[in-house]
Amino acid sequence: MPADVTPGTIPDPDRRRLLNWFLGTSFGALLASIVYPVARFLNPPEVETAATNEVDAGAANDPEFVAKGYKIVRFGSEPVIVVRVGETDFRAFSAVCTHLACIVEYLKANQIIHCNCHNAQFNLQGQVVGGPPPKPLPPFGVHVVAGAEGSARVIVSRS
Amino acid sequence: MLEFARHKTVPVHRYAAIYYFGGMTLFFFVVQVLTGILLMLYYRPTATEAFESVELIMTNVSFGWLIRSLHSWSANLMIFFAFLHLASVYFTKAYRPPRELTWVTGCVAFFLALGFGFSGYLLPWNELAFFATRVGTQIPSTIPVVGEWIMRFLRGGERVTTATVSRFYGWHVAILPALMVVVLGLHLLLVQLLGMSVPPPAADEARRRRPMPFFPHYALRDFLGWLVALGVLAALAALFPWELGEKADAFAPAPPDIRPEWYFMFMFETLKVMPGGSIGGLEYEAIPILGFGLAALLLLLVPFLDRGVVRRGRSPVFTAVGVVAVVYMVALTAWGYRSLAPVYAVLGAGILVWLFAWAIERHENGGGG
Repeated sequence: MPADVTPGTIPDPDRRRLLNWFLGTSFGALLASIVYPVARFLNPPEVETAATNEVDAGAANDPEFVAKGYKIVRFGSEPVIVVRVGETDFRAFSAVCTHLACIVEYLKANQIIHCNCHNAQFNLQGQVVGGPPPKPLPPFGVHVVAGAEGSARVIVSRS
Repeated sequence: MLEFARHKTVPVHRYAAIYYFGGMTLFFFVVQVLTGILLMLYYRPTATEAFESVELIMTNVSFGWLIRSLHSWSANLMIFFAFLHLASVYFTKAYRPPRELTWVTGCVAFFLALGFGFSGYLLPWNELAFFATRVGTQIPSTIPVVGEWIMRFLRGGERVTTATVSRFYGWHVAILPALMVVVLGLHLLLVQLLGMSVPPPAADEARRRRPMPFFPHYALRDFLGWLVALGVLAALAALFPWELGEKADAFAPAPPDIRPEWYFMFMFETLKVMPGGSIGGLEYEAIPILGFGLAALLLLLVPFLDRGVVRRGRSPVFTAVGVVAVVYMVALTAWGYRSLAPVYAVLGAGILVWLFAWAIERHENGGGG
């Protein structure tokens, strides 16, 4: 205890302020040191996905293509819808509806790409023709190549 | 505590039946906690195991089907009674001072209950749940600036994956229950401290008639109601076990009969009828979403907005808004299901309340109690 402070007198206000400042900031630092890592922990990490540039969607005369007129293929972690318009005419789009991210299907009879969740409709160019979607379906490149033993294969690529 | 219970009373009047809704909601919540703890023993929250673990509960675990069905049915009944409780408190304007905070805590508890419903729906990892969660977590992403972050935060990444199941599980069994305990504790404490509100039209009647002692008279009536509720719940769970459906496939189109839980149906239908397009950078779909957010906020603030009820004891505008909201919700739900069942459910609940009120009224007038 300094010599100029006698018991029963008011301590130096500057010293009190300094002590309060230390107390306040160290409490703040304590809180920050708890809140910051917790907040960072709650924020999910980026997961590396292998870059995919090309995917083999199967044979052009795949029974699924012929019967239903479409197939959903895994393009990395994203679903891509490949629609068979003609024997060698295929279209591919992201299968994630631009409205609220449900997965679309192709209605062969109406030639419409349809989303069951909120009744979104896209044509074979991926353009919105009905329902609530704000944007067209992002297109993917698609071409048919000759595979082994003369079978034609459908290859989807980033356009 | 005992002394407090001995002195607590409940007013008696012709609308007194509505006082039972809160207790009924609480009862189903307790069932949720108990059956939920049991389900935790077998459930595994990963995309590869969740569906199979629920299947195991439903097929191999003794009485597993019963526990799971009780949990699912009770969840729906809890939400139903929470709706009834909220509506009855709203229409009898029980949020009048000094009960503003009781209303606010009640609303927060209601939103938490919806959060339980949403997070629990995904856990079986079936097709319907998967797409409902995809849509539900995509919805906040339409909010400007922070939307994308909220979506990532909810999903635990860019997509609905195993990370989402574990996250929802964490919310469902730890975070939400912890919040609920605090909010519900406060709500019940306030109800006890402030007593029951008497609807303005019944004020004279309630003054004339002798209030009912809470313990044991009212508590026994509550208990009888819970016994009936348990019977109904057990019958529903036994006769209509909750379906599990198909396992979710992240690379399959949404099934044609895709739909959310019934209490989100009116929002789902609203989203469905919004046309595509944008105005000033804001996509049309964001308009109802922001609208529902605003409506929730307004609901929370009702006691502070409705000044008419403080000054004149009545507020017809708030009653009218409430009626419009209920009609909108019931109509869109019925439309979404292509069935009048929701209308019948609401009418049935109304008739049941009326019968109940009538029976109590008769009983009280007959000198019992």
